[in-house]
Amino acid sequence: MTEIPILSLIIFLPVIGAAVLPFLRSDDRVRWVALAFAVADFLLATRLLLDFDTATYAMQFRETVSWVPSLGISYALGVDGISVLFVFLTTLLGWICVLASWRSITRRVAQFMISLLVMQALMLGVFCALDLFLFYFFWEAMLIPMYLIIGVWGGDNRVYAAFKFFLYTLVGSVLFLVGILVLYFQGGETFDILALMEGDYSFVVQVWVFLAFLVAFAVKVPMVPVHTWLPDAHVEAPTAGSIILAGVLLKMGAYGFLRFSLPMLPEASAYFALPVLALSVVAIIYGGFLALAQDDLKKLVAYSSISHMGFVTLGLFALNPRGLEGSILQMFNHGISTGALFLFVGLIYERTHTRRISDYGGLMKVAPVYGVLLAVFTLSSLAVPGTNAFVGELLILTGTFSTNMTVGAFAVVGAVLSAAYLLGMFRKVALGPAVHEKGEAMWDMDGRELIAALPLVVFVFWVGFYPQPFLDVMHVSVEHLLDQVHGAYR
Amino acid sequence: MNTDMIVASIVASLPEIIVISGACLLLLVSLIPARGRMVLFAGISLAVVAAAAVATYVLAGPVRPAYGGMFVVDGFAVFFKAVVLMVTALVILISPKYLEEEGIERGEYFVLLLFALAGMMIMASAINLVSIYLGLELMALSVYVLAGFMRHDSRSNEAALKYVILGAVSSAIFLYGVSLIYGLTGTTQLGELAAALNRGGHLDPMLVLTTVFLVTGLVFKVGAVPLHMWVPDVYEGAPTTITTFMSAGPKAAAFAIILRIFPDALTVAADIWVPVVTVIAVLTLALGSFVALVQTNIKRMLAYSSIAHAGFALLGLVAGGHDGIAGVMLYLLIYAFMNLGIFGAVVMMRKGDFSGENIEDYTGLAKSHPGLALLMLIFLFSLAGIPPTAGFFAKFYILAALVAQGFVALAVIAVLLSAVAAYFYLRIVMLMYMKEPARSFDLALTPSLRLALAVTGLGTVGIGLLPAWFLDMARGAVFPGIG
Repeated sequence: MTEIPILSLIIFLPVIGAAVLPFLRSDDRVRWVALAFAVADFLLATRLLLDFDTATYAMQFRETVSWVPSLGISYALGVDGISVLFVFLTTLLGWICVLASWRSITRRVAQFMISLLVMQALMLGVFCALDLFLFYFFWEAMLIPMYLIIGVWGGDNRVYAAFKFFLYTLVGSVLFLVGILVLYFQGGETFDILALMEGDYSFVVQVWVFLAFLVAFAVKVPMVPVHTWLPDAHVEAPTAGSIILAGVLLKMGAYGFLRFSLPMLPEASAYFALPVLALSVVAIIYGGFLALAQDDLKKLVAYSSISHMGFVTLGLFALNPRGLEGSILQMFNHGISTGALFLFVGLIYERTHTRRISDYGGLMKVAPVYGVLLAVFTLSSLAVPGTNAFVGELLILTGTFSTNMTVGAFAVVGAVLSAAYLLGMFRKVALGPAVHEKGEAMWDMDGRELIAALPLVVFVFWVGFYPQPFLDVMHVSVEHLLDQVHGAYR
Repeated sequence: MNTDMIVASIVASLPEIIVISGACLLLLVSLIPARGRMVLFAGISLAVVAAAAVATYVLAGPVRPAYGGMFVVDGFAVFFKAVVLMVTALVILISPKYLEEEGIERGEYFVLLLFALAGMMIMASAINLVSIYLGLELMALSVYVLAGFMRHDSRSNEAALKYVILGAVSSAIFLYGVSLIYGLTGTTQLGELAAALNRGGHLDPMLVLTTVFLVTGLVFKVGAVPLHMWVPDVYEGAPTTITTFMSAGPKAAAFAIILRIFPDALTVAADIWVPVVTVIAVLTLALGSFVALVQTNIKRMLAYSSIAHAGFALLGLVAGGHDGIAGVMLYLLIYAFMNLGIFGAVVMMRKGDFSGENIEDYTGLAKSHPGLALLMLIFLFSLAGIPPTAGFFAKFYILAALVAQGFVALAVIAVLLSAVAAYFYLRIVMLMYMKEPARSFDLALTPSLRLALAVTGLGTVGIGLLPAWFLDMARGAVFPGIG
């Protein structure tokens, strides 16, 4: 291969950054260098997206280096139309996270930025891996920096939240590991994801492996009933941690379904589609009701995440092109909108040091720019036409209706619920008489904060009005995926 | 036996001869008053270990039978010798300052360490039940004394007494098993056992009893359930450096003989020992993982952790086959690195009147010593089996062997129990990183301890990132005759 290994570069650039940080003397320098590396990584990923050929489902920018030859493990990277979007999203949120931590992280800044950059590298690794062992390697290693981010820089109850996050995810992942090993031996002793997709596994094997994978992915998504770690983790995590969690980490569960469960275990996926759809609807409605009852901003957004991720799994297991494309688009959207909401909760928390909704009111008057942007992201999150989530949810719902009318009908209830809690939240926080006075402790968005928020606004409207480029990127890959799924039992 | 064979035998056992001669030499040198000479003694013992390592390396390659079938130098033996030599060298590195802090600066410490090393090396090479027993006892007797080396400390005395009594009983049980085997087959030669047991096409019912005796005797040495009771008490009471040694060296050597005896020589009795070992492995893993959760003393916690790890390694024996055995070997190598690393961190806490054995003593370490805390974090996550550390690969390979043989349910149990075990390693990370320090840290860090930590840290990360070479080494070292 003569060209530069761009995927490795994207993955390891943050690691290089993390290695440089301990040698910097002042905290400010640490912040700037971390930002520089995150932005450089983003630029590389943008370049990747521009160079991406949307006409083929084949993996692109492939790199393969033998790693443990005697077990058939290799360091294999590559992206298709599905993963390239997440690589882009991860690097976009990466530098926004650095900006979001600029003022809120004051203790052990270098260690925080190192954790953040390492985390970013591992997440990128997960999306680029074409070897199941390598995938698991990145997937599991993510626990370490995330555990530290929540546990060291989180809120009052951070230790509990960090443990809960770690142990929940670990239990899911270890079963995933056994599932991987079963596939490895059934699929001819290879960890090559593309080869494993071609494998023909007996129905019994598929069912067991599917269940093992389901536990791991359901914890990550998270699906009801294994969602209880999420509110704790979100509430306690620092802003950047919440953005990573909501923006990227939750996507990994859904990505796992897309990359492994559907193409490798098509018969089991079809067999379990209805139960998963049912769980998704439960998550949508139950998450919505829980969000309705919250007085804590972060908890509200956290439960809304559960509800919105329910839509994502709904679309995936509708097992048709609209559902899948809507689902993938919605994963991207959720990263943008919910990431933005967590960013905004973090911004206001820096000013007032409270997250209770009842402590707020009339922010629109004292901080109009903040109020308007919050309105944009609130509306985008509840899927108002013209915003990104509308396109995603519409595709998912049409996809679901064509598969299962009842499930679709229930899911629509969730959409109404999300309007109720999100608009309610916005009304209490931004409208009405002003609680805070403009001054030392309350200021409108400053330049740094605007720079962090604006790209997210751009994507809200871009996807909202003209989603075609995004759908084009994934379209061929999704078609191919559906061929793999339906080819099996047709 | 003609002269050539005698010469060949001596050549084959040269590393052991070097270690024993070195130990005798050190015994003479240690008559010099010891105070302040610990570094000298440590240096001499390191030189002995290094010489033995060179001899082992030079002899590696061809299979060299010696002493009329009592002893062999093959890839398997060389692998285990490399492990125990490394363990001993690292223990010597972390010892001098600790001995000074504890006020037990006596040269015999290193002499006994070298004798124990010789015993372990003989165990690695022994292919006859009698020579196995010889190595086992040489190792065990030295370690009994070392465990009670802090004569002024009642905990250390208790540890030694407990260890010697229980150890003697287990040795006796093992020996009884050996005598039964001899009665059944007329040989103690491992290579002839399999054929002898199978003679006549049916198994003697007596073999059941024999196998149980052998399993019992050996299970004690690796600290598996139900003969694990001594482990926490002895690990807690013994000098920390000796605890370090016991957890990595003698355990590896004991596994070496287990691997020689069961999957190969007693393969005809597999129907008897495989179920027994399966139950033992699962119970060991479960007990170690759960009981460690409630420990407050770090040495006791690591004792239960080492019980749990022994259980995991035994699963490799259950899986059997080429990969299962290589899995156990690789596991022991990796375990030696990460466990020596974490014990090195325990040793460094011991200074002046401060014992540093309470888990809470690590509170806030990351604040004042970020590098050291990071190193400990690596060891702890490796013990928990999280990538990118070596501990993950060790577990992964054993799991792969289990799944390959169809023991999927066993693999599920193993991973769930290791998820339980993750909690107590995580707790130390939590204390180091997420709590404010309650006291300032005054660490007994010497250059040699730093070196030991660096080597173990490098091993733990290095094998995790680039396992291929180590994996192939372990696979290549599995003795022939295993499918």
